[in-house]
Order: sequence, then structure tokens, then C-alpha cells
Amino acid sequence: MPLWLEVLIKSVILLFVVVTSFAYAMLAERKILGWMQLRPGPNRVGPWGLLQPAADAAKLMLKEDLTPETADPLLYKLAPFISLLTAFSVYAIIPFGASASGQTWAIGNVNAGILLILAIGSLGVYGICLGGWASGSKYPLLGSVRSTAQMISYELAMSLSFVGVLILAGTTSLDGIVNAQARWWFVLPQFVGCIIYVITAVAETNRAPFDLVEAETELVAGFHTEYSGLRFGLFFIAEYVNMLTVSCIATLLFFGGWNAPLHLTFIPGVAWFVIKVACFMFFYMWLRATLPRLRYDRLMAFGWKVLLPLATLNLVVTAIVVAYTG
Amino acid sequence: MIAFWVLAAVLIASAVWTIVAKKPVYSVVALLLNFATLAVLYVTLSAEFLAVIQIIVYSGAILVLFVFVIALLGSGVAPFPTGPNRLPKIWLPAGFFTLAAFGFLIYAVSNVKMAAAPATGAVGNAGVFGSVADFGKALFTVQLLPFEATGLVLMVAVIGVITLGGEQMSDAEAQQSRMRADRAVREAILREGKG
Repeated sequence: MPLWLEVLIKSVILLFVVVTSFAYAMLAERKILGWMQLRPGPNRVGPWGLLQPAADAAKLMLKEDLTPETADPLLYKLAPFISLLTAFSVYAIIPFGASASGQTWAIGNVNAGILLILAIGSLGVYGICLGGWASGSKYPLLGSVRSTAQMISYELAMSLSFVGVLILAGTTSLDGIVNAQARWWFVLPQFVGCIIYVITAVAETNRAPFDLVEAETELVAGFHTEYSGLRFGLFFIAEYVNMLTVSCIATLLFFGGWNAPLHLTFIPGVAWFVIKVACFMFFYMWLRATLPRLRYDRLMAFGWKVLLPLATLNLVVTAIVVAYTG
Repeated sequence: MIAFWVLAAVLIASAVWTIVAKKPVYSVVALLLNFATLAVLYVTLSAEFLAVIQIIVYSGAILVLFVFVIALLGSGVAPFPTGPNRLPKIWLPAGFFTLAAFGFLIYAVSNVKMAAAPATGAVGNAGVFGSVADFGKALFTVQLLPFEATGLVLMVAVIGVITLGGEQMSDAEAQQSRMRADRAVREAILREGKG
């Protein structure tokens, strides 16, 4: 099979899988939030509400696409696509299973894989901050300024929590990092790094309790207040796809990727990967149902005065231990 | 080779757009395109680590700060104020120096002896040009002095900016302003609570 055909087929399959998981992650979140608040959640469209995502998609497509008069037309229309593009392009390099005899479970195997994920992730902020700025009204502007500050601050601690894993694995390739966890998952030696990563990942995806970017009690809907119809839908997809992405990264870096726990190898590695990612997704929904939103100044203080020094300390200790034990 | 010419065209076009854009935000977006293209150009030269760092540092951090400042100052909505066009007066010397620089560049490039082609193989493995491992090793052994010197220069620049831009405050004044800020926050919380 020529390379371009292989890449094309894999991309189409992956797009379908990711979009479907987005649709049902959204439904699952509404259901789980419902159950945690002692109500049924969406249950009208189809059996157990299973067709709700299709109904939502139809609604968003048929809604009018408004552009405010004060908006900057070009950037206003461009911003949702930037969000979506950066959210999806990460999946080009995420491996879902062990590669064997020339067949890989990833579209591309990049040697600087984990760095590339950081790079693409750092571009995701443009969709939000340009979208909020280009809307030309005050709530989106406040939301976007907040998001910029928040994402830059938490990205630092996040990158530092990656470096501990890199030192242990001795490689930046995602395949290599997972293979290095065949014996011990990195969550054990890097539990501080893992905790820091999980916290910063919530902040990076702008979800509760770090959803100050939207903060409906003070900013209406934050950066996407002015967006409607399908353009709002694009931001919405990007948020859930980013959630999936950070769950995938947590699985790859700290929870052994497709390695089976307790030698349960009769279940294929890809299934383990999906199970681990699903657990993380549930964890993020659980967080949203449990924790109240942080105040803005406390959020920044927590990022700079707690997470960043802790991540640095974790990095130094890891480096010293690895240097002395070889 | 086709990739190079396409990338070069995009690179120059976005650089020109950065300069001529009417609104500051468009300049930033053009610069973003410029940096992204430059990163792809690095990848075609098999310098993948440099490409990734280009995106993380410049596109992901520095440009975001530009957008942040533009959004915060609100100056992005209005176009740049148009002053008297000073370009006509300097186009002759500027053009001369540009041509001279390009001429020197062409002379230098055409006279340089090509180094041996880098080892081919899986991009990024140790021992292959541009890999993360080799880049890091070079940075912390052979190139350590220039690397640290660059760091020192940046540090001096940061301290300079703080000295020039920061307000001079005595300890008593600083104490007072801290207390004022604390009181404002407490009152705001009380107000929110009542409302």
C-alpha cells in the first residue's frame, strides 16, 4: 500500500472515531452530571437518549450564524477553525497500540512526539484568544484575556511534568515512552508529576473547576458569547476533543499506554488504551460535578506559587535520582 | 525542492503582510503564519527539534503574549494611526543596503564549500543530524559557552526592562499599596456576597 493511501485511510478512520467519541462523550457527560445531581439527564431522543448527539448536531447546523457588527469579520470566522484544527491535528501522532512488523497504530511516528504534542497544544490558545478578541464585545474579551493568562501559566507546569517522564524514559518518542513502561507505569515513580499533569490538563482544556474562560455566572459564556450555530459547535467539538487528547496523553505518559496491567494480556492493547482513556474522561466529568469554580487570583497564585515550584522540585529530584542510579 | 519554493513564497508573503497589515492583530496572525512556515522549513531540513522549539517558544509563548497585550490595551480594534509617509526619503539608501546585503549573501553562498551530506537514516535517532539527542549534547558540551552567554544577555535585557519600566517604590509605599489592594479585594468579596 502506498504511504499516502495508508495515511489517508488511517486519517479518515481516526476522524470518524474521534468525532463519534466526541458526540458520545458529550452525551455521557450530560448523563453522568444528571445522575450525580439525582436527575435522569437527556432521555427523550431515541432509547436512553442515545440519539441526542444527532439531534444536537442538526440543531446547531440549522441555527443562524450571526456575526456582531462590532466584530472583526475575518478573525471572527477564522478562530473556531484554529481551535478545531489544533485539536484534531494532535491525533496524527498519538499511537493507540503497539507497533509490530511495520504496522503502526498511529498515522505518523514522530521522534520528537511528545514535544510536538506540546507545540500543537500551545497553538490551541489562539482559537480562544483571537475568537474572544474578534467578537468585539466585553465579555468575550475578558474571557479571552483570562484564557491567555491561564493557559500560559499552566502550560509551564505541564511541560515540566512531562520532562520528568522524558528523563525516566530517555526518549521523546511516544512509542518509546510507552515501551519504557512495560514493567512499571510511570505513575508510580512520577506520582507528583502525574498529579501536576492531571491538574494542569484540566486548566489547559478550560474545564471546571478551571473554567474561568467561560464562567457563566460572571461572563455570560466567556469567549464564545457571540458565537452561534455551527461556529459555536466547532468550539464545542474542540473542547471535547481536547479533553480526549489530554486523557490520551495521560494514558501514554503515566498509565502505560497499551500495556496491560497485572499481565491481563488476553485483552488486546488497544482495548486497554480505550479503557484507560475512558476512565480519565469519567474522572474529568466527575470533577466538574464535584468542585466549584476557583476565584481568578487564586487560580493564578496556585499555578505560579504551588504547581510550578512543585514541578521544578519533581524535575530536580528525578534528575538526581536517575543520574545516581543510572 | 517544490516544497522549499512553496514554503519560501509563503514565508516572504507572510513577512510582508506582517509589516503592511493595518491592524496590529493581523500583524500577529501573519507573524504566526510566518513562524509556522519557518518550522515546516526546519522539518524539511531534518532539524525537527529546532522546528518544535520554534513553535513552542515563538508561536506558543511569545506571540500569545503579543496578542495578550494587544487585547489588553484594546489598541487592536483601531488601525495604526497614519503619520507622514517617511518611506520616500529613505528608499534609496535602504534599497542600496538591501541589495548590498543580498549581493554579499549570494557571494558567500556561492563560494562556500559544501560540508559532507548528513548521515541518512531514521530522522531523530542519535547520531543523525538534527536529532533531539545530538542537539542537546551539542548545546551542553561544545556550545555551552555561547548558550550561557545568550542566557546572560537575555537576563540583562529582562533586568533592564524591569529597571526602566518598573515604578520606584520605597518599602513604606509598597506596604501601603499592598494594604490598599487587600482592602479592595475584601470589600469586593463583601459586595458580591450581599448582592
